Amino acid sequence: MRTSTRSGTEVLLRANDVVKHFPVRGGLWHRGPRPVVHAVDGVSLEVRRGETLGVVGESGCGKSTLGRCLTRLTDLTSGTVEFTGRDVSRLSRSALRPLRRDVQLVFQDPYSSLNPRRRVGEVVAEPLEIHTSATAAQNRARVAELFELVGLSAGHLDRFPHEFSGGQRQRVGIARALANNPRLIVADEPVSALDVSIQAQVLNLFADLQDELGLTYVFIAHDLGVVRHVSDRIAVMYLGEVVEVADADPLYDAPGHPYTEALLSAAPEIDDGTGDVAPERIVLTGDVPNPVDKPSGCAFHPRCPYAQDRCRTERPLLTLAAPGRLTACHYPLLTAAGDQAPHAVTAGAT
Amino acid sequence: MPEPLLEVTDLCVTFRSRRGAARVVDRLSFDLGEGEVLGVVGESGSGKSVSMMSLLGLIRDPNASVEGSARFRGRELVGMADAELRDLRGRDIAMVFQDPMTSLTPVYTVGWHLTEALRAHRRVPKAVARRRAVELLAEVGIPDPHRRLDDYPHQFSGGMRQRVVIAMGLANNPALLIADEPTTALDVTTQAQVLDLLRRLQREHGSSIVLITHDMAVVSQLADRVLVMYGGRAVEKGTRREVFHAPQHPYTWGLLGSVPRARAARVHRLATIPGSPPASALDAPPGCPFAPRCVHVHETCLQRPPLEGAGGHVDACWLPREDRAGLRRITAEQVAEDEVARVHDAAETVEEGIDR
Repeated sequence: MRTSTRSGTEVLLRANDVVKHFPVRGGLWHRGPRPVVHAVDGVSLEVRRGETLGVVGESGCGKSTLGRCLTRLTDLTSGTVEFTGRDVSRLSRSALRPLRRDVQLVFQDPYSSLNPRRRVGEVVAEPLEIHTSATAAQNRARVAELFELVGLSAGHLDRFPHEFSGGQRQRVGIARALANNPRLIVADEPVSALDVSIQAQVLNLFADLQDELGLTYVFIAHDLGVVRHVSDRIAVMYLGEVVEVADADPLYDAPGHPYTEALLSAAPEIDDGTGDVAPERIVLTGDVPNPVDKPSGCAFHPRCPYAQDRCRTERPLLTLAAPGRLTACHYPLLTAAGDQAPHAVTAGAT
Repeated sequence: MPEPLLEVTDLCVTFRSRRGAARVVDRLSFDLGEGEVLGVVGESGSGKSVSMMSLLGLIRDPNASVEGSARFRGRELVGMADAELRDLRGRDIAMVFQDPMTSLTPVYTVGWHLTEALRAHRRVPKAVARRRAVELLAEVGIPDPHRRLDDYPHQFSGGMRQRVVIAMGLANNPALLIADEPTTALDVTTQAQVLDLLRRLQREHGSSIVLITHDMAVVSQLADRVLVMYGGRAVEKGTRREVFHAPQHPYTWGLLGSVPRARAARVHRLATIPGSPPASALDAPPGCPFAPRCVHVHETCLQRPPLEGAGGHVDACWLPREDRAGLRRITAEQVAEDEVARVHDAAETVEEGIDR
């Protein structure tokens, strides 16, 4: 069992009201201001040293864009991102270089995130060449050590990406991320393209590396089982907004936001005679609204089974609904003491 | 016992290649009763899709050969003439594929797709076909079906497109629906809607369903019986309860241990399987296909294990049946210890490297 005391309270990364809008083209006869996709719409988060923060949501909820904002792979429309207390959201490319060393990414697709024309040893050595003044021989020795660390044979340094399976390629991607001894790794769906047994191997590797190297992770994923497995705390996203943040187990046991509740109730679970039976499913009607034309008030209100008049007009802010629990809902499913509110439907896992 | 709807015996699919013959489906046998849901699980390359496609004559590669027997309502599918198969496909047996965008033609409307599926098999007036198409859309839960009929696939969301593809499959009330990863491309809330739909259709129309998936949770929700495949062979077969509550094959243990649970207490490490699935059927080991990844491998595994067991619950493994439960625990612990120790040692070297 993972200890909950592993993560301290020291904040490594903090996002304050991060907004990322992408302008889109209006129709040919479109008049007025250019429409925008509200990919990330006012997200505030903190990532504590040594923890894994899971970011979960359905496709199009803005979780990947948030990851790119946190790592400054994209410029923010507004808001700030602080890394170890320093605002990095407006830094120039050259001023960002130390951040590039401390914050690394692992991507979803192990096929497109490695240059097919370069040997994997070169791919992993490149960050070393950029950030250190070591000799080529020293770098090569270091890459061999990194290969051993992620479970690849050091004898495979001179192979090309196509000679590896998907799981091995993802290990190469992890070795590259670890090359400069980063403090924070942002992993964007790192296991969703892998077969189940390989997915489990890579998840175990993430856990072992965290134990050994004291890494901090932001783990972005859509798979609810994966997110619960890896995360100490979880942020649930819907239409560019964080609707709930809580410790992993309390969140799954008693969701506070109606969207979290519906999402969790939809997750199929293996019935192997040991787990809990699935709670009553909450059927969400309709599809996720278009992020160009977000609903007024609470973005979830058109699909929310508990929506009231207030939800249609007033956007709820992420507030402390119960101890250790931030919820963006006017009528959260939790009482202030952390018990389930009378209108909550699911029993959750008990 | 009534005759099963589909009875597959010793099905083999072999591809000739420059490096020799690759047998991707190896003596697969199973049967499926009326109104039954069979879940076929396995990782990529296990032969689960190709075996079902071979039944329908959908493998057009001239280097492929299909042998064995597959009897559907007493009629032999293997070697059936193209015209006869074409008549069967879409009317008696329908197939739903994973990616709803590539199953639909972007230049035709949704209504065209549905009426085409109907009129390919029966001479019905266009107006009648159109009325039936509206019914089908309504049945799979598309709101405002009259208006949506003249929309194009790109105007539908992913989940709605998958429902359109399912509606096409159901157009002629098939006796058997083969669904190949029908929910893999979908979000969880949409996946739940599609699974509900399949469940309802099976109940209301009494169709049999073969559900091909890598998702153990989906199978445990929907299937009556489960077939676990590895390296082109059946490694375990039984009712859902038998396979999920008392799995017998080490591969099934690994698959179940690999899945992180959304509704169970967290574990620090998952009880996974070392190694990776075979990259090519050309290099298949002579005996048990799972032997190269199995923690309990021994000399007997060089011989092919027969599918044996009690009643309908069978598995292909040489391990003594009475020791299985204890061995299942050992598998997980042993793999975990080795792996943790390895990462620990490697991490020390890497951290020393940083100080240098």
